[in-house]
Amino acid sequence: MKEKEKLLEIKHLHKDYGNGPVLKDVSLNVHKGEVVVIIGPSGCGKSTLLRCINGLEQIQSGKILLDGEVITENKTKWSEVRQKIGMVFQSYDLFPHMTVTDNILLGPTKVQGRDKKEAEAEAERILERIGLLDKKNAFPRQLSGGQKQRVAIVRALIMKPEIMLFDEVTAALDPEMVREVLDVMLELAKSGSTMMIVTHEMQFARAVADRIVFLDGGEILETDTPEKFFTRPKTDRAKRFLNTFSFHMERERGGKAI
Amino acid sequence: MWDNTIVKMLLEGTGATLYMTLVSTLFGYVLGLPMGIVLAITDKEGIKPNTFIYKILDFIANIVRSIPFLILLILVIPLTKAIVGKSYGSSATIVPLVIAAAPFIARMVESSLKEVDKGVIEAAQSMGAGTFTIIWKVLLTEARTSLLVGVTIAIGTILGYSAMAGTVGGGGLGDIAVRYGYHRYQTDIMIVTIIILVVLAQILQGLGMMFSKKLDRRHV
Ligand SMILES: Nc1ncnc2c1ncn2[C@@H]1O[C@H](COP(=O)(O)OP(=O)(O)O)[C@@H](O)[C@H]1O
Ligand SMILES: [Mg+2]
Repeated sequence: MKEKEKLLEIKHLHKDYGNGPVLKDVSLNVHKGEVVVIIGPSGCGKSTLLRCINGLEQIQSGKILLDGEVITENKTKWSEVRQKIGMVFQSYDLFPHMTVTDNILLGPTKVQGRDKKEAEAEAERILERIGLLDKKNAFPRQLSGGQKQRVAIVRALIMKPEIMLFDEVTAALDPEMVREVLDVMLELAKSGSTMMIVTHEMQFARAVADRIVFLDGGEILETDTPEKFFTRPKTDRAKRFLNTFSFHMERERGGKAI
Repeated sequence: MWDNTIVKMLLEGTGATLYMTLVSTLFGYVLGLPMGIVLAITDKEGIKPNTFIYKILDFIANIVRSIPFLILLILVIPLTKAIVGKSYGSSATIVPLVIAAAPFIARMVESSLKEVDKGVIEAAQSMGAGTFTIIWKVLLTEARTSLLVGVTIAIGTILGYSAMAGTVGGGGLGDIAVRYGYHRYQTDIMIVTIIILVVLAQILQGLGMMFSKKLDRRHV
């Protein structure tokens, strides 16, 4: 069903901020159209992994290839590479002094040099699709968290990246806004986008992922299909990690039995 | 009360002070803004870390700032003569004013730009934005409120310096205050010049703050 063309290859990646290793020998391939969800306890290196992929962090050894080309070399033209890698952050990071439209248009017009009219028309199309067209002239402070995050997704998407990286994009949201953001991502997954998603929303992970990667202590401990990973995790650490989430459900079940 | 000559002199003095202050601020920014931008981006936390360039500019800024203005005024007389042709009067005072103001402005620009949220800068980087785009569209745009507060402070400081330059023949209101108030004991004229200076400072300050508030989009 999905093409088996390697889009992103991470080989023996080591990362150290100067006080001990954060990523240890991480190797991972992401194929075109694939949705890889990375889960793991806080501080295990998930953000660092994503940040290494688009060059926000320097790596110590190993390499990363995009479309078969090594991007972790000194001569890497990050400006070009990053246009192919869209990234959405937990804290939205919209430009506070720009309207929604200007936030979205900065990339296509100032970085990609696209025609402003054409880019604006596209921005409006996407905003319309996610129900935010009426906010196109609003400033970020006038939006809810969920709206901000959806705008941030549009801002990354309009660059037509080959792969999208999402770093806990719903973690800062009030619960009632989580859904609207996850729905946009599910939509993207359905339309065949290649994505790497870091999330603590386990049900969402299970629904959206082609593959789950379990990261702990800077190492990949498991890689599996969501069905297998969530029903029969192989390692104890993954079991323990999943237990911290299932606790809540067991109590609910217990409650019903009474 | 006073004859026309004195009123005319006060008006001309006010004009000269405004001229020195505003022109010096302008040229102060011509030098200080790029210097501040380079300081901000070459810092080790900046978008183009470069210890060598940072250290050099840092050193220059510190040295110039540690020289008292009156000393600087005398030190740069040869340069002033070379540029303006004479070493006294309003135009001549602009040279030392610019030299004194530029590093101070650079520091304010640097700290304004460093206030810009790192996440927002990374968001721009992650889109592939180049250094120039980030400076222009992110740093200067997002820091503009703080930058304008800086302009206001710079104008106030330069106004004060320009009055100080009056003590050594710098022209403007400071000059008048010294000549009449100090040398001729005409306290009334000195008080009027001081009032004019205070009012000027208040007006310029008020205008600057008004503009910076107008440009702030971060709060409701
Ligand atoms: N800029 C940094 N400097 C030093 N240490 C860092 C930095 N960023 C992250 N770390 C450390 O690296 C580890 C992994 O962090 P991170 O990738 O943010 O984890 P996660 O996203 O999985 O919670 C943590 O121990 C964290 O303290
Ligand atoms: Mg993280």
